[in-house]
Amino acid sequence: MRTTLLTSAQVAGFVAAGYLRLDGIVPDDLNDQAIDVLDAGIPRVPYGTPVTQAFPKGSFARRLIELPQVAGALSSLVGPDPTIDHHAVHVREPQGGEAQPLHADAIIDTRMDAFDVQLMYYPREVTAEMGGTLVVPGSHLRRVNESDTGRYQNLRGQTRLTCPAGTVMLLHHGIWHGGRRNDSPVRRYMFKIRFNPTVPQVRLWDTSDLADPAVREELSRRFPWYEQATGRLEIHNRVRVWRALTADPTFDIDYWTTRVNNRPGRAA
Amino acid sequence: MKQQVLVLYLATSALDAAVVGWSSYDGTGRTHPTAGDGDEPPYATGVDALRDGWRLFQASQLIPPYPGHEYDTSFLKHEFFFEKMS
Repeated sequence: MRTTLLTSAQVAGFVAAGYLRLDGIVPDDLNDQAIDVLDAGIPRVPYGTPVTQAFPKGSFARRLIELPQVAGALSSLVGPDPTIDHHAVHVREPQGGEAQPLHADAIIDTRMDAFDVQLMYYPREVTAEMGGTLVVPGSHLRRVNESDTGRYQNLRGQTRLTCPAGTVMLLHHGIWHGGRRNDSPVRRYMFKIRFNPTVPQVRLWDTSDLADPAVREELSRRFPWYEQATGRLEIHNRVRVWRALTADPTFDIDYWTTRVNNRPGRAA
Repeated sequence: MKQQVLVLYLATSALDAAVVGWSSYDGTGRTHPTAGDGDEPPYATGVDALRDGWRLFQASQLIPPYPGHEYDTSFLKHEFFFEKMS
């Protein structure tokens, strides 16, 4: 199986934004089969099932996650042999449904040195009218429990997903998101798979560009909805994640993390 | 008289700071605001809402971080509730 590992800059972008977007990377032949497969349903598996058992070789889901770009990105983020937490087909009926409240999936999850990845696959083009997934960039490190964020309707810089057919998004487990109301005459399909890592998530990607200035640029990004002061804490928390992912306890942005831990001669 | 509620989230604790998030709820039933229904805030700052006739009725308190959780981030901190009666 060929893979295309992510670069350090791409992984830094994931750490900053909480997601990675791969537009239109699934070939038409798979997209064309997707609707029938998703309508028929993909058998549920117990939580924590290895990929090879969850999705038999040659199955639709297995072919999807073995596409080189998908496999490379997954391997870069969760490593080899992740397990399937769960998967689900989400359908938004034409002119139907209410917008989901903004939420993070599952329950509050405070891991800073490990994370699950949720794959979202869109087999058809998603237009603005179809109410593509609402995603809030850079929200994944905020400690909130599920739909307690439901009060927030709109945040500056939010992404109201529109995308070509065959788009895959890979999201950090903590990202704030929600399915939007479908105001179009077309059914909207999304297939979601949650992956759990089974190895330490340390330097799993192509690290040959680790010193590239683009890494710092990505990790320094501020999103338009960040409050002035809390936005600084977001960068501090990304530094903590990046230190864990690279096993480099000296990495810093603007000296913030180093400064607040500098206590010469003091025990922890 | 029915209440319309506008919630603005600001970049700092100052009411004249920039809007970074917003929600609205309409007791008149004339509109149905919902999650992800717009990319542009209704006002640039909290004071701009006052100038347009919205009455401020609640502002979030400034609460120091809990010891040991100074670097945690969670909900938006600077939340202001406004109303109009119509």
